[in-house]
Amino acid sequence: MSTHRNIIYIPRRQIIRGLLATAAFAATTKLAACSSDGETGTTDAAGSSSDKPLTIGFVYVGAKDDYGWNQAHALGAQEIAKLPGVKLVEQASVPETKEVQEVMRSMIEQDGATIIFPTSFGYFNPHVVDMAKQYPDVQFFHCSTLWQEGMPTNIGNYYADTDEGQFIAGRVAAQSTKSGKLGFVAAKPVNPVIRNINGFIMGARSVKPDIKMQVIFTGDWNVPVKEAEATNSLADQGVDVIGVHVDSPKVVIETAEKRGIFSAGYHADQSALAPKGYLTGTTYHWGQIYKEYIDQIRAGKKVADGGITRIVQGSLKENYIQMAPFGPAVSDATKKDADATQGKFVDGSLVVYTGEIKDNTGKVRVPKGTAYKVSDPELDKVDWLANGVIGSVS
Amino acid sequence: MFSSTNWRKTAESIAIPIGALLFSLVLFGVFCALCGKNPFAVYGLIFKSAFGNWRAFQGTLLRAAPLMLTALCTALPARLGLMIIGNEGAFVIGGLASIIIGLLLSYGSVTPNAEQLQQVSGIPSFAVLAGMALAGIVAGGIWIAIVGALRHYRAVNETISSLLMNYIAIAIMNQLVGGPIKDPGETIKASSFALPEVNRLTNLPSTRIHFGLLYGIIVCVLAYILIQHTTFGFAARTAGGNVKAARIAGLPVGKLTIIICFLAGSCAGLAGMAEVAAVHGRVNESLVAGYGYTGILVAFVARYNPIACTFVAILLGGIISSGGALQRNLEMPDATVLVFQGLVFLVILYSDSLYGRFKIFKEPVLKAPLPPSTSTTVPV
Repeated sequence: MSTHRNIIYIPRRQIIRGLLATAAFAATTKLAACSSDGETGTTDAAGSSSDKPLTIGFVYVGAKDDYGWNQAHALGAQEIAKLPGVKLVEQASVPETKEVQEVMRSMIEQDGATIIFPTSFGYFNPHVVDMAKQYPDVQFFHCSTLWQEGMPTNIGNYYADTDEGQFIAGRVAAQSTKSGKLGFVAAKPVNPVIRNINGFIMGARSVKPDIKMQVIFTGDWNVPVKEAEATNSLADQGVDVIGVHVDSPKVVIETAEKRGIFSAGYHADQSALAPKGYLTGTTYHWGQIYKEYIDQIRAGKKVADGGITRIVQGSLKENYIQMAPFGPAVSDATKKDADATQGKFVDGSLVVYTGEIKDNTGKVRVPKGTAYKVSDPELDKVDWLANGVIGSVS
Repeated sequence: MFSSTNWRKTAESIAIPIGALLFSLVLFGVFCALCGKNPFAVYGLIFKSAFGNWRAFQGTLLRAAPLMLTALCTALPARLGLMIIGNEGAFVIGGLASIIIGLLLSYGSVTPNAEQLQQVSGIPSFAVLAGMALAGIVAGGIWIAIVGALRHYRAVNETISSLLMNYIAIAIMNQLVGGPIKDPGETIKASSFALPEVNRLTNLPSTRIHFGLLYGIIVCVLAYILIQHTTFGFAARTAGGNVKAARIAGLPVGKLTIIICFLAGSCAGLAGMAEVAAVHGRVNESLVAGYGYTGILVAFVARYNPIACTFVAILLGGIISSGGALQRNLEMPDATVLVFQGLVFLVILYSDSLYGRFKIFKEPVLKAPLPPSTSTTVPV
């Protein structure tokens, strides 16, 4: 029995520690209980009456200040956050797993969000679709054109076509280059990326018909090391203007600046990263679409009954994309030309995909006399690189 | 059952990690204070959003489910003295194998045409899921068994080879979903075809937690029994303690290495299967979400004890799920949770040096050492 006493014996210091830990634990739970009181009130706000504040949830796949895709959306969110009666809840760096469902769920249940903007492409299926099924009264607006018949009707899609912006950036690039060699750092050879490459080269070739552009696919959306390597190797080859389409163009723009060459950005304005070499870039202006949604929702419209258009799509004319402010290296004549080109896109007198267009193997892809507007579904099938691009999609 | 030696050792191996955890909580509090937030409000919010009520706790369990299994991929070989960090690779390979088998059993082809898509085969869904689980287990197992074989026959460092195997696994997955098993309907994000709805892994009744959690708990318990209460486990632990002694005692170290590696990989492979069958329904790059790497953290914190892995996974699931609340309610940066995880990880690693330093956990010196045969009976 004596050994038993030995086992159970606990020194006084240990007991004090234990008591302290318990007290700390109790204090924490008490605090938790306090803060939860404030929480419960907000769930009532889920009602959609117009005088109550609209709670809007934004979910991002990366950081909000990535100088890229996520920043473009976060800027849009900031624009509507300024509107009276709008409450914003945001969560960044949410992976495309069950996690995003949990995030949307707690935005709806804890924060009382009635509108959710899941901004990453990969959130859609199955995550957004599942959540839309579970919360039929909440409206989901997803940045894509992926909605199909049979999916929950409380999902709306929005999308901005960037071909026109890339065309203008291509024109600016062609007028700024001295070596006559352009380069493009791209993520994956998928339709939106290919279209941006094509827009860029077609713009450039509309100024200088013989110009060539070397494309490097890094293979993934976010591989900073490969992006830097690609930019350096392009610079080594004598390229002096670099276009880009990856999730965050930050590394490419910074590397180009270090190498003393020009760059054209994408997604958001990166001019702060390259005060000398940044020319311009296609930037998304999601705030415009978001504002339009808010106005319609305030008017009591819903995407489920067709009050809000299922798939909203636009470009320069709709102000869904904008050109980033010109950098100091862009000449006045070039600026004037870019503005004029933009005017032609807005009034519809210029169309990016106007035949005859050949791919870089010489095959005619858009016959003479045919023109596809940027919203034409035919363009979603583009899987070829336009004439003048050095590189291949496979 | 519990000899006095065991009692103190167990107490030590519970008290030190918990103490380390509390210490990292304090450090994190300092960090929050530096950010201008009240640390107690942060603790409170973390607790509430992770364990506050059943709904919140479900979110925690849901995140913990894959971590339990991926943790075993590091924990099991560690008992044999191997440091394997190929969890992510085995997870991906397991998911990949399970979708291939799942599609074959559901449609009769990995790239079903429109007609095949219309008619799901008559094989009952539990059989399809069992087939998928088996595929995940075998594929993940073989993946890590390769690491074990390289270690044993070629003396390749298992930590480095398993880490590199992760990249190979991800590359194989990208290659397959980009070509041979690609669903042409998915134009922007290369993916495999989707499992039919009927053959998905369902949720536990009246919760939003899928059956993967149950897999995790069961496998962790089985792993614990295997390691602690079988001759095989004893042999593995002996070899882990001293390879030379184990060899002299005639233990088949090579066989043990490969079998343990196989089991380790099969756990992570099963996690990959559950993730595919319950969450994604298909395989694409979203599968690479870091469950494998987080599993390493879980295994370290749990000190390679399979039962402890379940609790640590739940704890970590809670920390991850509280990240959202920190961002939305306290407007802290999204990296806050990573800072917290990093602090926990570092403090736990440092706490390894504390074992055997506290008098309270040491055998009282007064007692005469006991002969091992009587260790289970109450001493005099």
